[in-house]
Amino acid sequence: MNRHLISAADLSRADALLILDTADELAQVADRPIRKLPTLRGRTVVNLFYEDSTRTRISFEAAAKRLSADVINFSAKGSSVAKGESLKDTALTLEAMGADAVVIRHPASGAPHRLARWVRGSVVNAGDGTHEHPTQALLDAFTMRRRLGRLDGLRVTIVGDVLHSRVARSNMLLLHTLGAEVTLVAPPTLLPVAVGGWPCSVGYDLSAALPKSDVVMMLRVQQERMSAAYFPSVREYSRRYGLDADRVALLPEHAIVMHPGPMNRGVEIAAEVADSARSTIVEQVANGVSVRMAVLYLLLGGSEAQQ
Amino acid sequence: MHAIHPASGDRGSGDRVSASSGSPSARTVLEPAEIRRALTRIAHEILERTGGAGDVVLLGIPTRGVPLAHRLADRLAQVEGRAVPSGSLDITMYRDDLRLRPARALGHTEVPPSGIDGMIVVLVDDVLYSGRTVRAALDALGDIGRPRSVQLAVLVDRGHRELPIRPDYVGKNLPTSPAEVVRVLLAEVDGQDAVTLEENLGGGAGKRAGA
Repeated sequence: MNRHLISAADLSRADALLILDTADELAQVADRPIRKLPTLRGRTVVNLFYEDSTRTRISFEAAAKRLSADVINFSAKGSSVAKGESLKDTALTLEAMGADAVVIRHPASGAPHRLARWVRGSVVNAGDGTHEHPTQALLDAFTMRRRLGRLDGLRVTIVGDVLHSRVARSNMLLLHTLGAEVTLVAPPTLLPVAVGGWPCSVGYDLSAALPKSDVVMMLRVQQERMSAAYFPSVREYSRRYGLDADRVALLPEHAIVMHPGPMNRGVEIAAEVADSARSTIVEQVANGVSVRMAVLYLLLGGSEAQQ
Repeated sequence: MHAIHPASGDRGSGDRVSASSGSPSARTVLEPAEIRRALTRIAHEILERTGGAGDVVLLGIPTRGVPLAHRLADRLAQVEGRAVPSGSLDITMYRDDLRLRPARALGHTEVPPSGIDGMIVVLVDDVLYSGRTVRAALDALGDIGRPRSVQLAVLVDRGHRELPIRPDYVGKNLPTSPAEVVRVLLAEVDGQDAVTLEENLGGGAGKRAGA
């Protein structure tokens, strides 16, 4: 493994499987009376969040604490960032405090990459702009493998706002590495220009794609990142690309429904679908802690000089 | 998924090299029949010491402690006529030498559904060396429950303890020098049963990794 986890593309197939296998073992810790391992005692993990997040920040915090690491939470609001401190100066401050790992979420794509050159510890990308969110992809792959027993040859359909989705990008890269077949379904306006070069196929008709899917992953419509009108109205988007009970009926018997959260119920996913037995949305949150424990353990648990 | 743990192969027996046996200097110290007899004797000792193994749970330490625990459980069941729970206890996250090497893959932990609270836990490992693995196992046990007592069964005790730890059941006491490598091969993992002893030609003799 690399010293940092910035992109899902940094992971070889062996690395990715090692993380998933490790997470499988660590998932047991959640069922024990003492949900803690002593492994990262005395190590410091800084959560550096320049963007709002509940799930990811709490998940990383829980993961680090279950491994006995000390956790320092830092959010841009109410810190010196509000006074205009640059990312580099913040990084140097963290460095001086002896952070062994920095988990960073930042609205600018590429911020974790820059940060990795300034700090000695490991950098874990917890979402940068519209670029990547590798631990989300890992927990999604972990959830698929747990539910369906395999990843190789699995048909995964990712639906919705691909253009703004770091989740879609990381998933597409990781799932390709792990041998799954990814299909993106979205309005043409919400697909990146370069999508032709991605290792996946593209479609525009959700109902046609569903019968050939083992997994359907709905993406949130990221209105906060939209500066232009990408579709005529929310109702029209929902009618063409939303997952409702009628569309779920088109899925094969075993297929599962995923969503990285937070959901816009009634927009990309109907409430009854989100709460159905096929939906893995709550499971994904629980699995997130196990996967992030695995990542932190594999990055920090060994010697500094890794091969 | 827990078939291969390259980084943890050394766990039980200190400087055990990869399982590519057949080195000319290797000397077999236990034949398959001797391993069989040693395990049968340990099973009987467990029955005697625990009054029929009524509350016994056998927990093997991966990799090779696990098949040994299952073999002991089979023997106990044969003699007493009822099943004795057995499982595995991975101790990687509790090791005291994690920072000396790159992060290693985890073994599998599987505690029998009966749990360990109030039970007599017999830890099972292949080789007892420095005692550090057992120290880690005691910590790991403490996090999953509170056994009535904990005992230790090993196939080979090669000496050179670094901690105040002693085994309750020993298959064979094997006097060794730290420069030697004890290798336990088990059919479930290696395709054959044997215990061999050889000079460590590769790494430095002072490298006390596992055990």
